Amino acid sequence: MKKPDFIKAFSFSRTVYAVTIMFLFMPLLVLVLYSFNESRSGSWTGFSLRWYVKLFTDSSDLWRAFGNSAIVALSSALVATVIGTLGAVGVNWYRFRLRGCLRTITFLPMILPEIIIGVSLLVFFSGLGIRLGLFTVFVAHVSFNLPFVFLLVLARLEEFDFSIIEASRDLGATELQTLWRVILPLTMPGIMSGFLTAVTLSLEDFVITFFVTGPGATTLPLYVYSAIRFGVSPVINALSVVMILGTVVLAWSMRRFLKNIAAK
Amino acid sequence: MRRGPGLAYASPSLLWLTFFFIAPLLIIVLYSFLTPGQRGGVDLPFTLNAYRAIANPSFGKVVVGTIAVALAATFFTLLIALPCGYYMARSSKQTLLLLLVIIPFWTNFLIRIYAWIAILGNEGFLNDLLRWLGLAEESVRFLYNRAAVTLVLVYTYLPYAILPLFSTIDKFDFSLLEAARDLGATKFMAIRKVLLPNIRAGIFTAFLFTFIPIFGAYAVPLLVGGTNSYMLGNLIADELTKSRNWPLASAISLVITLVTTIGVMLLLRFNGTHILEKKHEKA
Repeated sequence: MKKPDFIKAFSFSRTVYAVTIMFLFMPLLVLVLYSFNESRSGSWTGFSLRWYVKLFTDSSDLWRAFGNSAIVALSSALVATVIGTLGAVGVNWYRFRLRGCLRTITFLPMILPEIIIGVSLLVFFSGLGIRLGLFTVFVAHVSFNLPFVFLLVLARLEEFDFSIIEASRDLGATELQTLWRVILPLTMPGIMSGFLTAVTLSLEDFVITFFVTGPGATTLPLYVYSAIRFGVSPVINALSVVMILGTVVLAWSMRRFLKNIAAK
Repeated sequence: MRRGPGLAYASPSLLWLTFFFIAPLLIIVLYSFLTPGQRGGVDLPFTLNAYRAIANPSFGKVVVGTIAVALAATFFTLLIALPCGYYMARSSKQTLLLLLVIIPFWTNFLIRIYAWIAILGNEGFLNDLLRWLGLAEESVRFLYNRAAVTLVLVYTYLPYAILPLFSTIDKFDFSLLEAARDLGATKFMAIRKVLLPNIRAGIFTAFLFTFIPIFGAYAVPLLVGGTNSYMLGNLIADELTKSRNWPLASAISLVITLVTTIGVMLLLRFNGTHILEKKHEKA
């Protein structure tokens, strides 16, 4: 890239950037530091691994919440990926009524504040008399995941031209064979990144889940929320560090995984 | 583009979003014109009471407070994000600089809020540090006010502004800046008169991507704000679960939806649909 000569030794923008990065990382570093703190209160009293021991041996509620999060994340991401991928294929390659309509209603859930989606779904479920629980959380998560899958797959599809479908049909493939043998393999990187994005968003969500959850359907963010309502809890520090490490590892493996698919 | 089984492909998406996104929004519209039921829920007759209640001074204060916090937080976010985006766009190590912005963002939303409680709390890192330095005897109360809410909101939504600004500035032709300098403009003037007008669309996108979620913020004011820094999102939740006034909760939700929709319409007129896809860079 071009490096212009009038960026001098001191650069205002570079200073702001550097300070911003420190600002972004500093809270996370404090969490890491305090997760090794011996005492329960904020003051540093000495190095200890006791909160990690407690996290892994004596936090059954936390792990149950983690289990719920995993179930919701995987199932909602799977459903959103199947539905969203089909939608993107239809919108990208065919002209039909309601086509513009689908494009518009996939934008809205992405931009609307989460609380609106949460509140409207809560009102909707209770209006229909559906009992709040893991199922309603699953439905809500599919709703906010679907648009992301749709857009990511669409972005991938836009790189291909329609003639490959025509070729497939000319060579005698049925619509389903074309979908299975031609469209899906070509779109796989987009589908995978859609799926992984959906899993991440689902694991991350607090606000929408908070409104549509019911007894026995505590997800990990909800557990963290109830723990921090009672102030600083060192087990949450340890959990944060494990989660930060987890995301870094996941992101790293995701990158390699996606590259592998793209290379095929 | 051909005629074909497009609708068959699209119908699962259309049906799902109609049932579990559009229908709930329409129910909210309906509920906002009804009377609160005995134990939550709604009853007839139709009335405008919920909308009158929003205009009432005690709620008016929260509306004004929410707008003030949202504008202040968005302003600071853009103020920080602009130089950051500029520096990233001009750098030769763009991928690294982008990663540094995105990595903290991968950390769970609640954990990031929690980290600030651990720093600013009475028993937190900052008070610990001040005591250790001998600067404070008693704990200073940093949390539970508007300043804390604004700070944490800026922290939470900063990448939402940096990413669109970076991608707009990255497309800007920097030789224009050099031309302006050659023609005698100061560096400041070149940036103000040449760069800023050219990246207007990006600034507007960044503004909306931060203003909209902050305007509808719920978790941040709940956890680091006090009763006097409550925002509209908290009001909705209280009306739903504590006061059990569902029409009012629906009416406030509609106001937020309306503000968002108007913003998005302006954005689409401004620079086409493609920029909306930028938001997924988050994940």
